[in-house]
Amino acid sequence: MANQPTYRLTFIVLSVLLIGCFLMNISLGSVSIPLKGIFAAFTGGEIDKETWRITILDIRLPKAIAAMLVGFGLSLSGLLMQTLFRNPLSGPFVLGLSSGASLGVALLIMGASAFGGFFASLLLSSYSLVIAASIGSFLVLLTVMAVSYRVKDTMSILIIGLMFGSITGAIVSVLTYFSDAEELKQFMMWTLGSLGNLDWQELSILSFLVFLGIGLSVWAIKSLNAFLLGENYARSLGIDIKTSRIVIIIATSLMAGSCTAFVGPIAFVGLAVPHITRLFFNTTNHKILVPSVCLIGAILMLICDSIAQVPFSEMTLPINAITSIIGAPVVIWLLVRKRKMIF
Amino acid sequence: MSIGYQEKGNTKVIAEAIDFKVSRGKLVALVGANGIGKSTLLRTLAKIQQPISGEILLQNKALHAYSNGDLAKEISLVLTEQLPSKNLTVIELIALGRQPYTNWIGNLSKNDHAIVESALEKTNLLEFKDRKCYTLSDGQLQKVMIARALAQDTSMIILDEPTTHLDMYHKAYVLNLLKRLAHDTQKTMLFSTHEIDLAIQLCDEMIVMNDGKVFSGTPCELISQGVFEALFPNDLITFDATSGSFKVKNT
Repeated sequence: MANQPTYRLTFIVLSVLLIGCFLMNISLGSVSIPLKGIFAAFTGGEIDKETWRITILDIRLPKAIAAMLVGFGLSLSGLLMQTLFRNPLSGPFVLGLSSGASLGVALLIMGASAFGGFFASLLLSSYSLVIAASIGSFLVLLTVMAVSYRVKDTMSILIIGLMFGSITGAIVSVLTYFSDAEELKQFMMWTLGSLGNLDWQELSILSFLVFLGIGLSVWAIKSLNAFLLGENYARSLGIDIKTSRIVIIIATSLMAGSCTAFVGPIAFVGLAVPHITRLFFNTTNHKILVPSVCLIGAILMLICDSIAQVPFSEMTLPINAITSIIGAPVVIWLLVRKRKMIF
Repeated sequence: MSIGYQEKGNTKVIAEAIDFKVSRGKLVALVGANGIGKSTLLRTLAKIQQPISGEILLQNKALHAYSNGDLAKEISLVLTEQLPSKNLTVIELIALGRQPYTNWIGNLSKNDHAIVESALEKTNLLEFKDRKCYTLSDGQLQKVMIARALAQDTSMIILDEPTTHLDMYHKAYVLNLLKRLAHDTQKTMLFSTHEIDLAIQLCDEMIVMNDGKVFSGTPCELISQGVFEALFPNDLITFDATSGSFKVKNT
């Protein structure tokens, strides 16, 4: 857009901050490893204890990368949904994706006993949870897509997504009512979210999907900016509304769906980060927002994960709770300070 | 041409036998009572909805033969709807009008910047260019929307009731501005309005919709044909042909 103040300095500061948070995230953990040891682990140099190298390369590095990817994916899909639905309360899960994923996981964990031994034996591998979550969110997505192709009004898609969320949520409640304590706990653990369970192969699948989503979002920047004027104006500017809408929904589903499948439903980031970013940059131009939302999302996730693992102790807290505990006050503080929501 | 809505096989015709021409560089008003189908006609002309029958020619080419992208270079809109995001600055909003011409990510060329700048100048908005839209008054915002349509550089600008919510002065101001722009830039300005008095004084041509019939011509022609007298039930207001305005009956 015209005469846009250049945000180069802010972007540089954010990038440095991101690298800083990444290193901080890796250096903190139940075992304290000095910074020198971390660099040695990366560069393959001399290291005091060989276990440090394993701790860093196989445990902390994958977790930090997962945090970053989830930060990218959830924040960006939140931004896409807020612009598409012209609604500041939208998040990545308004299309019913996370409830679809929970339904998949709930059916796997709590329905397995009902279906008998065959499923129960499949149950405990880590991939089965991912697959169940993916199938669940994918099915909900397909239904929403089918409906959104017939419905002209974007607001109806929002309501339909929420309705699907309610239906799947209700089925999950029924399932939990009939399941035993062990199954309930396992399901609860999944809903609390965990960044630490991903191996390198899972990480590469996740990063492929997230970056595919980012690519589609970058393609959609022009139409996202046109949507700021409303759909009728966007159409009069030559934007193909249906195609853009489908691309935006697919991008959101790829990012939010894959993140939920691999790390569980992390709710808060997608709603809050777009607001934090808009308040911080004081703009609604998506050419600025798309990259900055990714940066701020990743920074927030890395900070939250660093806190969640409670440095120098054996304890870890559920990441899903920490994101809200850290993120909500930030949003409230920004809103009170600026006195006006930017949307 | 007839216009209306189609729903599940049911066709609801709002108005039919519509036949008129508008010429380049003219300020054209579309008037008629509430619910007569002004907005439907404008929406049909802007290809937001399809005509029930008949066709619309834009520069001797059928409207439905234009792709969305090409049509965006021929017709721009100023609508009554609220902007979902008023946090854009004036210049950002006007620059969005350049979208049909910009590359895939929407970068503005030197030429685009020049056109945006000239749209700001023509609408006297230069001093507001860095203001956020939510800080503007209704009249200023309407000027911004007109400037955006200008920046889209189309042969025709369609405006749906551009003078609602404005005070008397700003109504005259906006219509006067539209007239000047139509003549200076040789763009056709077609707008719907309820300000018949003002339209008679300012417009080059008028289109009057009345009970399924459509009349068009210069305001003087239409007055001599007695079109305005038949526009409303005459129990309350009457049209005074000599002054070209409506008067309330004193009963």
